[in-house]
Amino acid sequence: MIVLPRPSLRCLAVWQRNLRVWRKILLPSALGNFGEPVLYLLAFGYGFGELVGDLGQLPYVAFLASGIVCSSTLFTASFEAMYSAFTRMANQQTWNSMLNAPLMVDDIVLGEVLWAATKGLLNSSAILIVAAAMGLVADWRALLALPVLGLAGFAFAACAMVVTAYARSFDFFLYFFTLGLTPMLLTGGVFFPREQFPEWVQQAAFLLPLPHVVELVRPLLTGGSLHGPGLHLAVILGYAVAGLLISTALVRRRMLC
Amino acid sequence: MQVERSIAAAPPLVVARGLGKSYGGQRVVDGVDLMVHEGECFGLLGPNGAGKTTTLRMLLGLTPPDAGELRVLGEPIPARARRAREQIGVVPQFDSLDPDFTVRENLVTYASYFGLRGPGLAPRIAELLAFANLEGREDTAIAALSGGMKRRLTLARALINRPRLVVLDEPTTGLDPQARHYIWQRLRELRDGGTTLILTTHYMEEAERLCDRLVILDAGHILACDTPRALINAHIEPHVVELIGTTGGDAPPPELSALPGVRLHRAGDLVLLYTAAPRLLLERLDAAGQRYLHRPANLEDVFLKLTGHELRD
Repeated sequence: MIVLPRPSLRCLAVWQRNLRVWRKILLPSALGNFGEPVLYLLAFGYGFGELVGDLGQLPYVAFLASGIVCSSTLFTASFEAMYSAFTRMANQQTWNSMLNAPLMVDDIVLGEVLWAATKGLLNSSAILIVAAAMGLVADWRALLALPVLGLAGFAFAACAMVVTAYARSFDFFLYFFTLGLTPMLLTGGVFFPREQFPEWVQQAAFLLPLPHVVELVRPLLTGGSLHGPGLHLAVILGYAVAGLLISTALVRRRMLC
Repeated sequence: MQVERSIAAAPPLVVARGLGKSYGGQRVVDGVDLMVHEGECFGLLGPNGAGKTTTLRMLLGLTPPDAGELRVLGEPIPARARRAREQIGVVPQFDSLDPDFTVRENLVTYASYFGLRGPGLAPRIAELLAFANLEGREDTAIAALSGGMKRRLTLARALINRPRLVVLDEPTTGLDPQARHYIWQRLRELRDGGTTLILTTHYMEEAERLCDRLVILDAGHILACDTPRALINAHIEPHVVELIGTTGGDAPPPELSALPGVRLHRAGDLVLLYTAAPRLLLERLDAAGQRYLHRPANLEDVFLKLTGHELRD
């Protein structure tokens, strides 16, 4: 039974609390989330790119950059909504003290998902800037990728929050990583074109949100043309809405018992 | 008497009728009726597992009751729990201070959960730091605070919204006597200032010192509800003599239990003698050279009489 979430603007207090913490641990946090993908971009882009050459008219490193922008949103938002949110829920009693104040579970879940999406967006924006500095971004249309990435971060975080609502310990997240995120990453067209896979794998991959994010973001960054953006947006939006509805219901059941 | 007058004057802050809650078929709270009046300190006493914390969670709208009716600060709970919690301060049983923040950041952040910000906040925080005797520690990390300081900060945090009702779940558990007395003093000041307090405890001394009225709760039921003094008068003879140095295996000294008006109770190796007229009993004990402690009856005697002496988990 799902009762629709009824969050209030108080969710912004949750978002702001997390922002306040993040500002305090900015350096290590930025190193992990931002430094690592940039290193991958540099190493694979140049090391591997030499071997691969161009993909269509696209240099491999430009192909890869647009993919890593998407996958960094995925991982930053998912990590935040799993490990960090779980810490606040289960270890630090942060959510409990919010519930002692006039915040409701619905505010907390939405605030956490918004924050995870924000963190994902901040991170992918930073990578986008690096990619632009490396001359891997075609034109101003790249700015249109930002709202897409924000929505994508929301969807990834909302889905991760469903897992968090079920989790009894940190170990539980490994299932989601190994059985959910990693297959989606590998079949999502981040590192190489999805067309390398058999047809059925490509079809199956399209049921998941990441390939839709890549289909929107890559043309926007590399100056290609968008194919069926409405469908891609609809799928991402669908995951965002479903994830928020289900995770809110599950966290309510967990916290209000 | 003061309490009696305020009953007539103001509508009760908490009205609960027939509250019930089961977990997995086990009735944790069963038919609890409560009425808490503005300005009083109300205690929930009970052994572990009596349903105290569940009852508090219900008052805050965090545990939906599966039976009964509940109004807190005039709001139906849990339907309008947010409105009620705007005017409630909570001191939880377990430390929930934000370890990522300093003392001041904790207060600022908690204030933001109430929508409190802006120029009025800094003076309020200064006031609360003084109240909690934490001046000069604004920039200290939570990990560097002692247990007593953390508890004082938790109390200060609960007052950020100037609540009409403060709910405290075992406010002094685990504190040293100095820290405990400090918290008690602050709670009395709050009550004297008109704030209503509801607290759970299993320290009888705490309940006796602080609470205007209290309920004794066991296995989800209310066993008794009154002022501490009235409970003692109603349930226990005024004099208690504890025999020291007897062992559980010994039969109770027959000449003592045979004394008229003496009630004997054994708990492990402790023998308790309750009586209204202790003179004869004390003479006998002195004559026998028995070590004993003679004291007035207290809430703990009531508590143990009503809930029994067996260990609770």
